[in-house]
Amino acid sequence: MSKQAIMAWEDLALGAAILKPGNAKELRTGDWRSMKPKLDEEKCIKCALCAMYCPEFCISVNAEGFYHPDFYFCKGCGVCANECPKEAITMVKEGE
Amino acid sequence: MGKRVGLEVSLAVAEAVKLANVDVVSAYPITPQTHIVEELSIYVANGELDAEFIPVESEHSAMSAALGAATAGARVYTATASQGLALMHEILFIVSGMRMPLVMTVANRALSAPISIWNDHGDIMAERDIGWVQIFAENGQEALDLTLCAFKIAEDKRVLLPMIVNIDGFTLSHVIEPVIIPDHAEVDAFLPPYTPVLRLDTENPVTFGPVGVPEMYTEARKQLEQAIIGSKPVVEEVLDGFGAAFDRHYKLVEQNGKPGAKTRFVTMGSLGETCMTAVDELVAEGQDAGQTRIRLWRPFPEEEFLAACAGAERLVVIDRALSPGAVCGPVASELKSLFYGRPDAPEIVNLVAGLGGRDVTVREFKEMFAMAVSGKLSGNYTMWGVESHAS
Repeated sequence: MSKQAIMAWEDLALGAAILKPGNAKELRTGDWRSMKPKLDEEKCIKCALCAMYCPEFCISVNAEGFYHPDFYFCKGCGVCANECPKEAITMVKEGE
Repeated sequence: MGKRVGLEVSLAVAEAVKLANVDVVSAYPITPQTHIVEELSIYVANGELDAEFIPVESEHSAMSAALGAATAGARVYTATASQGLALMHEILFIVSGMRMPLVMTVANRALSAPISIWNDHGDIMAERDIGWVQIFAENGQEALDLTLCAFKIAEDKRVLLPMIVNIDGFTLSHVIEPVIIPDHAEVDAFLPPYTPVLRLDTENPVTFGPVGVPEMYTEARKQLEQAIIGSKPVVEEVLDGFGAAFDRHYKLVEQNGKPGAKTRFVTMGSLGETCMTAVDELVAEGQDAGQTRIRLWRPFPEEEFLAACAGAERLVVIDRALSPGAVCGPVASELKSLFYGRPDAPEIVNLVAGLGGRDVTVREFKEMFAMAVSGKLSGNYTMWGVESHAS
């Protein structure tokens, strides 16, 4: 029997409650991704629309003022690429 | 000692809820449950009961509000029936999945269509797999007593599951019976204040009802399954404790008639009392008749049922619900699976009777007995009393 479970049922909190606040930070949504956003900094006007629309709230500004996702959380949904007014973001296959 | 009064059973249930010092009552009125929550709203309005009464716009909201209040750590009560129970269906799984020990009375009633406000068990049989502890009362005193026990069972740290007390609509809910109302002090001694294990608390945040990914959902269901299986000895313990405190004794499975009778009726709910009279008469006439009454329905008391039916050659199972297209009624179907492969398995004769408030009389039980003994009720099940050109 393959092991797929996270933990033994006896170790689950009552009613599968989550006892540790803020734990969503640890949920690696990045491994759901098959496509990833790629930013062309030449085209980027630093408008931050991608960061505002990101459903995972994982795009943040760096020291140069460019917006890049945290790939631990980026699900590759493509909303940022869709919303970018300058077509500075393209979705490429994961691993390319 | 409590006092003995003549009281409508709905009001007796409301008395029990008041005596249990509930914190929150969330309710939507639906026949035949209405009188219970109406009475509770009066208690809250006149200050007899220090609780929040949440009037809602549907049973879906009634159960949702009850769930919310339970997560806040309150002792919560609600009641429903029939279509209202069906409307709660979705939330019922969430309450048990989140292990919230709230208590609900279901005044059992048939489901539409056609619209019927009268009693059968069609409503609760559609809720067999929700993970709630379920018990059936046969009369008014039981309805009151089992409601008190329900809070103690549900809130036990070994259980922490919601519980339904089933009372037959009208047959119990609207009938005036002599009922002993216990003293508040006696109830307080029996039922301690509720202290939740987990509750919503800004100082100590928890998340209830999160996403259960495939990697843990199975384990969560296992936890629920173990909790409900493990509730059986607690139900027994609480009922015994109630008996010791109030001198009214209840078992998970009851029996009467001739001990070790070869032909035994199996009943659940108020029809058991009519059947009891029939069985007494049959025994007086020299017949080999007995009766087994299922009080605890979930978890099903397997060992107790098998012990109660030891030596039986034929069980005449009365189902007060039809499972259209199934091989037999729901209770019979479970009993067939219980006995499957056992060398001592009795013949199981199934009657679907008393649908939508149809009377089943003492004479009819005796008729069923005669037909069952002479093999005239063979086959998977018989719908009892159907008017037909074929008969």
